[in-house]
Amino acid sequence: MINKIYPDVHKAVADIFDGAVIMIGGFGEAGSPIELIHALIDQGAKDLTVISNNAGSGHVGLAALLEQRRVKKIICSYPRTSHSEVFPELYKNKEIELELVPQGTLAERIRAGGAGIPAFYTPTSVGTPLEAGKEKRIFNGKEYVLEYALKADFALVKAKRADRYGNLVYNKTARNFGPIMCMAAKIAIVQAEEIVEAGEIDPECVVTPGIFVQRVVHVPNPMHEHDLIAQNVRYP
Amino acid sequence: MSTIGWANEELARIVAEDIPDGSYVNLGIGLPELVANYVPEGREIIIHTENGLLGVGPSPEAGKEDYELINAGKKPITAIKGAAYFHHADSFAMIRGGHLDYTILGAYQVSGKGDLANWSLGNPNDVPAVGGAMDLVQGVKNVFVMMRHTTKDGQPKIVEECTYPLTGKGVVTRIYTELSVIEITPKGPKVVKLAPGVSFEYVQERTGVKLIQ
Repeated sequence: MINKIYPDVHKAVADIFDGAVIMIGGFGEAGSPIELIHALIDQGAKDLTVISNNAGSGHVGLAALLEQRRVKKIICSYPRTSHSEVFPELYKNKEIELELVPQGTLAERIRAGGAGIPAFYTPTSVGTPLEAGKEKRIFNGKEYVLEYALKADFALVKAKRADRYGNLVYNKTARNFGPIMCMAAKIAIVQAEEIVEAGEIDPECVVTPGIFVQRVVHVPNPMHEHDLIAQNVRYP
Repeated sequence: MSTIGWANEELARIVAEDIPDGSYVNLGIGLPELVANYVPEGREIIIHTENGLLGVGPSPEAGKEDYELINAGKKPITAIKGAAYFHHADSFAMIRGGHLDYTILGAYQVSGKGDLANWSLGNPNDVPAVGGAMDLVQGVKNVFVMMRHTTKDGQPKIVEECTYPLTGKGVVTRIYTELSVIEITPKGPKVVKLAPGVSFEYVQERTGVKLIQ
């Protein structure tokens, strides 16, 4: 019998190893898997490479993972957001490496990684400082740069609803990078607000088919970053 | 800020009037967000936000915010009836694939050839951040810039050559400022509309590139 449901967040992240590449879902706080990130902080893995659209806010979630000096490199499109205090400090002190990637290129590199496409050409960044060092080619008179796929050892993703097969439904704009990160990671770990019986999610409405998900853990009342920041919470 | 020319709300109305019925539009963070409030009566425009929604609705009432329903500026929004959610790769397929009709962006500088600089001031000590701007300017059919005509200390933002790092080359089609509307044409930047009481010469004096009347 297939049952991808793990008993708790700690067991779900227990085998994340030092030096792992980890994709972390979320666009700002929407879709940020705070409970899984906090479990990863407790677990202690270090020298991580994180792939995520942002670099965290306040002193919780992704920002807390960075603050604990667990991340050596971040691949990111927008590390500078309101309430983002930890990353700018680490960056200024050269304590973290940043690979800055345009947002659509980041998404497509992740999608490609999950879809068996090693690289692709895109017009994004042509004629800008971010084209530096990239191979170029002209198609139909227009210039493009070569971008390489991104893959990960693990993905941490937040979903609204899941079943034991790992079929997922997300919540509104919290979907963002979740589906493609599940595709691009060897082990996609998902925290879901609701766990339902197989068949309760209409097959026509499954957003991420279970084949892309390896672990599901039930987090019924996920914390919200803006609440934690308003209360000045620091983790751990 | 100058009191000469259009107020931000009037400028937003002017931009909105130039967007035809049925358009799919992406609005940048800041000033461009105002455009959503001034869509003329009887016109239907679908607003895209790159973090995964077509059909952005008005801001939620106080106390009704849902932090899993936000825009690219990470502010709470609502979704209209008939809206659609999607993941990031699909969102940027819409952008890069040429499916969106208009994007309205802010800018640090625009050149007379339509080069855009809007993501970095090039200060080595700043944390670099790019977001979706470079994808938007490459893929969206019409790239409008909506900004103040000059910097706070009166320096032109419409220039011969951008000195800040570029977002894209030759990508801007129109510029909307409190003083005028300027179209980027193959012959150069052409003033197509002037704010009440503003002369062509007044705009030219505050612009770093020769304008066409």
